[in-house]
Amino acid sequence: MSKKIITLHVNGKDREVMIDERESLYETLRNELNLTSVKKGCEVGECGACSVLLNGRCVDSCIYLTMWAVGKDIVTVEGLRDEENDDITDVQKEFIKEAAVQCGFCTPGFILKAVEIVGHNKPYTRDEIKKLITGNLCRCTGYMNIVTAIEHAIKHNMDKLGVPYEVMPSTTSFDVPEDEKDKMLESLLAMQNNDVTKI
Amino acid sequence: MNYIGKSNLRVDAYGKVTGKAKYTADLAPKDSLIAKVLHSTIANGEVISMDVSAAKKVPGVVGVFTCFDVPDVEFPTAGHPWSTDPKHQDIADKKLLNQRVRFYGDDIAAVVAENDVAASQALKLIKVEYKEYPVHTDARSMLNDKDAMALHPNWRKDNVIAHTSFKSSDDFDYDKAKLKAIEEYGEENLIEVVKNVKTPRISHCHIELPVSYAYVDSNGKVTVVASTQLPHICRRVVAQALNIPWGKVRVIKPYIGGGFGNKQDMLYEPLNAWLSVKCGGKPVILEIPREDTMIGTRTRHPMDGDVRGLATKDGKLLCRELKNYSTNGGYAAHGHSITAKCAGIFQNLYKNPLGVNSEAWTVWTNAPTSAAMRAYGVPQAVSFAETLTDDICFKGGFDPLKFRLDNLCDENLVAGGVKFYTYGLKKCLEIGAEKIDWYKKREAYKNQIGPIRKGVGICSFIYQTAVAPIALETASVRMILNQDGSMQLSLGATEIGQGADTVFTQIAAESTGISPDKVYVISTQDTDVTPFDTGAYGSRQTYVTGNAIKECGLLLKKKICEYALLMEDEDGIKGKKLEDLDVSDNYVIDKNTMEKLIPLDKLSTTAFYSFTHNQHITAEKTTDITTNTFASGCTFVDLEVDMPLGIINIKDIISVHDSGTIINPALATAQVHGGMSMSLGYGMSEELILDPVTGKAYNNNMLDYKIPTAMDSPDFKVEFVVMKDPTGGYGNKALGEPPTVAPAVAVRNAVLNATGIGFNEFPLTAERLVHEFKAKGLI
Repeated sequence: MSKKIITLHVNGKDREVMIDERESLYETLRNELNLTSVKKGCEVGECGACSVLLNGRCVDSCIYLTMWAVGKDIVTVEGLRDEENDDITDVQKEFIKEAAVQCGFCTPGFILKAVEIVGHNKPYTRDEIKKLITGNLCRCTGYMNIVTAIEHAIKHNMDKLGVPYEVMPSTTSFDVPEDEKDKMLESLLAMQNNDVTKI
Repeated sequence: MNYIGKSNLRVDAYGKVTGKAKYTADLAPKDSLIAKVLHSTIANGEVISMDVSAAKKVPGVVGVFTCFDVPDVEFPTAGHPWSTDPKHQDIADKKLLNQRVRFYGDDIAAVVAENDVAASQALKLIKVEYKEYPVHTDARSMLNDKDAMALHPNWRKDNVIAHTSFKSSDDFDYDKAKLKAIEEYGEENLIEVVKNVKTPRISHCHIELPVSYAYVDSNGKVTVVASTQLPHICRRVVAQALNIPWGKVRVIKPYIGGGFGNKQDMLYEPLNAWLSVKCGGKPVILEIPREDTMIGTRTRHPMDGDVRGLATKDGKLLCRELKNYSTNGGYAAHGHSITAKCAGIFQNLYKNPLGVNSEAWTVWTNAPTSAAMRAYGVPQAVSFAETLTDDICFKGGFDPLKFRLDNLCDENLVAGGVKFYTYGLKKCLEIGAEKIDWYKKREAYKNQIGPIRKGVGICSFIYQTAVAPIALETASVRMILNQDGSMQLSLGATEIGQGADTVFTQIAAESTGISPDKVYVISTQDTDVTPFDTGAYGSRQTYVTGNAIKECGLLLKKKICEYALLMEDEDGIKGKKLEDLDVSDNYVIDKNTMEKLIPLDKLSTTAFYSFTHNQHITAEKTTDITTNTFASGCTFVDLEVDMPLGIINIKDIISVHDSGTIINPALATAQVHGGMSMSLGYGMSEELILDPVTGKAYNNNMLDYKIPTAMDSPDFKVEFVVMKDPTGGYGNKALGEPPTVAPAVAVRNAVLNATGIGFNEFPLTAERLVHEFKAKGLI
């Protein structure tokens, strides 16, 4: 076995790791760097649970050699942060607000894919969003709320860019108004650890 | 109601969107040994010998264990409550590793190694010598072969796990009823449909693989951390499999990445525990690869049913019959219960004035084991019942909506101790019809020609909310008031993605008066700590555990109020009686005046630290539920069929559910979406296919086995008919599984409306559609 020490740029930091040249980025991120948001669902690039951002683009880390990632900017969900507002990102907030999370196992992969999509700065339609996320599988949600969450995240970005963008109106008579969801999110975030650590 | 019926955000959402939520594999110790399982490459036969010498020599291999090494103990794997009556105990027919091979992929050996590569290499070096027997992969072929060898001769010589016949009366006979109908109405005034319907073998496809790790702790306790839906049952089965006292086993369940019934069986936890014991109690992790998961764990039962139904020419359904052959695979797992549930729903969905016979055989075969999957036999039941209805309507020229409104079971239905305490089925149909614009579209879609045709379709269903009175329904809950007036909520019921922890929080808040942000639900179950509950299955938890939480909450509240009376120095307390007090929004209040008397944080701190009235306020409650109420609902779909391409495009789809009070509408809606998606997979794309000769699966991977992707998923519409059920803790009925029942068959019935072709084999793949349209000369 040929072990090698390499440097990876992960979540904004250079990390020195000793790896087997044959190992996948999935294995390195989980086993060496304890980034457990990177999930295993198939090990052959079918399900997208192990998605990570490489230079802003999503790849299946289970079928990507760690050696290939040297010199690239690697981002996992642990590294996502809205630095400007010292907060979780709009994508993460929308996944919470739109009930786009159930078991949560595919969620990190979807969130990274959504971050990539929002970063395109394009006013995608729902059908376009569906096509873009089709490499990520989810068995709990039927995708509907995930698409809605991404739509809403795109909307925030389009608002910032001054581009008109309409999200699909709710299809159920039980819907909760946006401002009420925002309030609930605010109180949910207030309960979380990161706010405790600010004390 | 302060907190019930509100769309609270999920209590676990933050952890899940930030990657902080930990699942089983995330928690395994870094020095865990890696286990891998060797599967048989024949479907029926015996392992005669195994040569493991080369495997043992691979550097890093710690141990190789074969079917010749395991304890001679057969154990049951089903996630059912144990029965103290031997006659009602689950069938014990599986060993940890099996020398007698019953399906292609049976577990025959295991390797434990220091690393993944060594384990994989060793697995490949094991040499196996088999003796092969003839293969029968489906129930009918097994039964038709009178010389078929018994797979479990200690249990049954004929491979029939069980045969039941649910009849409207003991002497009911379909043919006699038909003769009676001919006498009464005249043959020319009757419509009869006779056909065969086949349902697919479905894989659960939870994205998290089945995974566990096991070790023996410093006190000698065999500990298994597992992705399971039911930690307390898992503990019992592990103990049975290892033949050790139940208390010697500890099971811990962290977050789980989906289960859908597959993790309602004990899959590899017992083997994992045994491997750790054999390796000196060191931590051993066992994660099953996707390909092995799809054949070696569990599947939804493929069923093959002969169906008959008779109606009058003016649209009155008279009698029906189902003879259903259910392929159970190599091991009994849940035994006959799923096929029996299917039979019961077929029987009871409609009124059958001249009677009904619903007969079922569950058969051991040389196929992957079928067991629980979301909705437990009911998708198959409506595949029989609701395609029969539409075929009768098509033949008789009846409107399928009106026919259902006239003939579906009504609020008087009582079946096996289950009844409608509230009945919303027909209301669901009316709402769905209005939303989809049923009558207008039925009219508009008449007499279509051309390659692309439109259709609308319905499917309705009923669903038992829990498993009582067939099985025990019991749940325990513990509440502990913290020093600051917040609360710890500990339960044996499990969060498996469905949102249980969030609705449990809401129910706890409603019953105690402590606001949801101060309710800390302990999501991880640990059988050493957590009170008993049978776990997540059967759409039971919000109903059964929900009742227990409510009662526990009321008890805690009473104790808080009793303590408040001891705090005489507080303004407004003196002279108050217990019945004057209540807790609301974290205050003890005077319920007559709604005046706030004592804040809970002050009361709790006082209780903990008082020299005169020191008390730790806790409550614990066990409830067993003997009632069971029917939920119901329907799906309407509007679609286009591209006939030359065999492609179905769903234009509009709506599910309407009669599930009592909806505790959390946003999460309930999300759960319905997921169920609808899963049903569309069953209806249009999913089928695990076996080679009938070898029993080998053709498509046991997520590329060739097609669960819906985002592109396959339409935007779902969801509505609820809310009626407060008197038996649910806060009026709630089943919702976890019901969404998975109807959409597939609604699609099939809409295709019938569009094209005039009634498909009787699911899923409706492009291949099946084109083949049939060609055969009928339509393309």
